[in-house]
Amino acid sequence: MLDDPTQEARARALSADIRCLVCQNQSIDDSDASLAKDMRLLVREQIKDGKTDQQIRDFLVARYGDFVLLNPPVKRSTWLLWFGPLLVLIAGIASLALYFRSRAKQIAPAADGLSADEQAQLDKLLRDEDRAP
Amino acid sequence: MKRALFILPLILFLGLVFYLGFGLTRDSRLLPSTLIDKPAPEFALEPLLSSGKGLATADLKGQVSLVNVFASWCVPCRAEHPTLMRVAKEHAVPIYGINWKDKRADATAWLDELGDPYARIGYDPDNKAGVEWGVYGAPETYVIDRDGRVRYKHVGPIFRSTFDETILPIIRKLQEG
Repeated sequence: MLDDPTQEARARALSADIRCLVCQNQSIDDSDASLAKDMRLLVREQIKDGKTDQQIRDFLVARYGDFVLLNPPVKRSTWLLWFGPLLVLIAGIASLALYFRSRAKQIAPAADGLSADEQAQLDKLLRDEDRAP
Repeated sequence: MKRALFILPLILFLGLVFYLGFGLTRDSRLLPSTLIDKPAPEFALEPLLSSGKGLATADLKGQVSLVNVFASWCVPCRAEHPTLMRVAKEHAVPIYGINWKDKRADATAWLDELGDPYARIGYDPDNKAGVEWGVYGAPETYVIDRDGRVRYKHVGPIFRSTFDETILPIIRKLQEG
């Protein structure tokens, strides 16, 4: 839509990252909505005016909020969103590691030849024998 | 101590269930406005009606007002129209309209048919003012205070209960303060 192919390519790249607020899960590049068309025109106008990509994004976020960007920005309020899954993975691996280590201790033979588990089993059998008539 | 550790994943899971469950009750399509508590954006629109007045930023100073974004092609706008007519009649708060992405002839006919609750109507066929306000659909209604600051945004049609329970108290508070 712009005459200069470099500018048009820039416009398309930028548009692919901007959410159509009507459909909400399409970019303005993909969406047929009338509002998407307005925003595509706006992006191209601003590129022609010499604005940088970041300036155009800031312009839209100032008016429509962070949600207008398809990639949520990384800032304090979105740290949990960006890093949460990684933290959960690390926590999961850590607790697995701890569990295996404590199991290893549990089944390792102790000084007198029985592991903690085996000792517990033995104790239980002896107790049951005492109780049996 | 080991018992307590067993319970921990369950507690975390339940916590997540409540947090996400609460999230499900909210409508994610409704976006919060970036304008809340900020001055209304700079804009100037010519009148929709030749017999009427247009709308610009300066008009929003001096009194508490409602700015309502509407269009003749917008079905929920038609549904909320009776509420706006009633508000215009019964309450001392001016309603300023932004006729959004519409054709002058269609909008005029629409108002002729349904009635005109607006003290001023700005004509915004190309979404020039809409972009500044962050309008992403119609209808939308903004509550503006005496100093011309945006204090509340309602997305979607306003029905009687919404107006009485949510918007009117805000207007009253701003009018007294």
